[in-house]
Amino acid sequence: MAIDKAMNVLIVDDYKTMLRIIRNLLKQIDFNNVEEATDGVDALAKMRCNNFGLVISDWNMAPMTGLQLLQEVRADARLKQTPFIMITAESKTENVVAAKQAGVSNYIVKPFNAETLKEKIEKVLGHG
Amino acid sequence: MADGMMSGAGGSLQQRLDELRALYPAARPDMVADVVRAVLSTMRGDLTVTETTLLGEVEELGRTIATAKAEIAALQVGDINASHIPSATDELDAIVAHTAAATEAILETCETLDRVAGEASAEIGQVLQDATTRIYEACSFQDITGQRITKVVATLKTIDVKVAQIVGAFSGRRADDAPAMPVPVVLENGPQLPGQAMDQSDIDKLLASFD
Repeated sequence: MAIDKAMNVLIVDDYKTMLRIIRNLLKQIDFNNVEEATDGVDALAKMRCNNFGLVISDWNMAPMTGLQLLQEVRADARLKQTPFIMITAESKTENVVAAKQAGVSNYIVKPFNAETLKEKIEKVLGHG
Repeated sequence: MADGMMSGAGGSLQQRLDELRALYPAARPDMVADVVRAVLSTMRGDLTVTETTLLGEVEELGRTIATAKAEIAALQVGDINASHIPSATDELDAIVAHTAAATEAILETCETLDRVAGEASAEIGQVLQDATTRIYEACSFQDITGQRITKVVATLKTIDVKVAQIVGAFSGRRADDAPAMPVPVVLENGPQLPGQAMDQSDIDKLLASFD
């Protein structure tokens, strides 16, 4: 079964430049329904009002970090199955382990390339 | 001095001084102090060479500490706290703002190229899109440099606090006058230097080890 590229994707980052970059890269691989949030609180509110097929989130944000957002998502009965990719500059083992233990679907370290983004999306959506 | 006129070794110093004052009402305190100093100075003769050397070194150390205390207390910490560090952090913030503005301009141009790519032939469109993809990837530098600069700003603020605490300790300023130390955030290490952290393939292997 092909990936449903019409799905809603939520991208979360406190750098608006990064949001713009990810949005454009997603557009190039035909994901056009992209919504943005600038921190975990904003993202969680949007997730509770809409259905998203994929969340791509940064880690370092305030007041709610990407890791806290992931924990909230996994603790929410309606949201817990949502594929969640962390894109972050945090590249220490402790970070990756913490994200995995919190239930991250995949983890991309910044700086990343378009091919890595595409590959991880396909993998978490069951086509990798 | 006759026995019985002064208290024995068990008497307090104050008591002995009171008795001396009663015996010699004309003696001034500074005269007594001069005598005590003179007696103490003769005690050096009773010390060994090693003890005398050690005493000299301790005295020298004391003078060095006193000088350092005076110099630190005289530091213009106000300049560091009020001017140097805020100025440095402002400059760094300006770098982030300028690079962000430049990156936005580049992205806007790329988006124009993407639109043109959609209207061009398949071959040319693909070439244009590949080029803009590379530019999008490269533009993520702004996020990384921003996070690195944020780490530098946090370090500057820590230095600011430490300097204020050291100067406060030597100048008698109350500790609560010093700015509070920034609270480190757990698991927010920011970008690592090349070679000091995992790359994407290392992370992929680590994630796979959980499966």
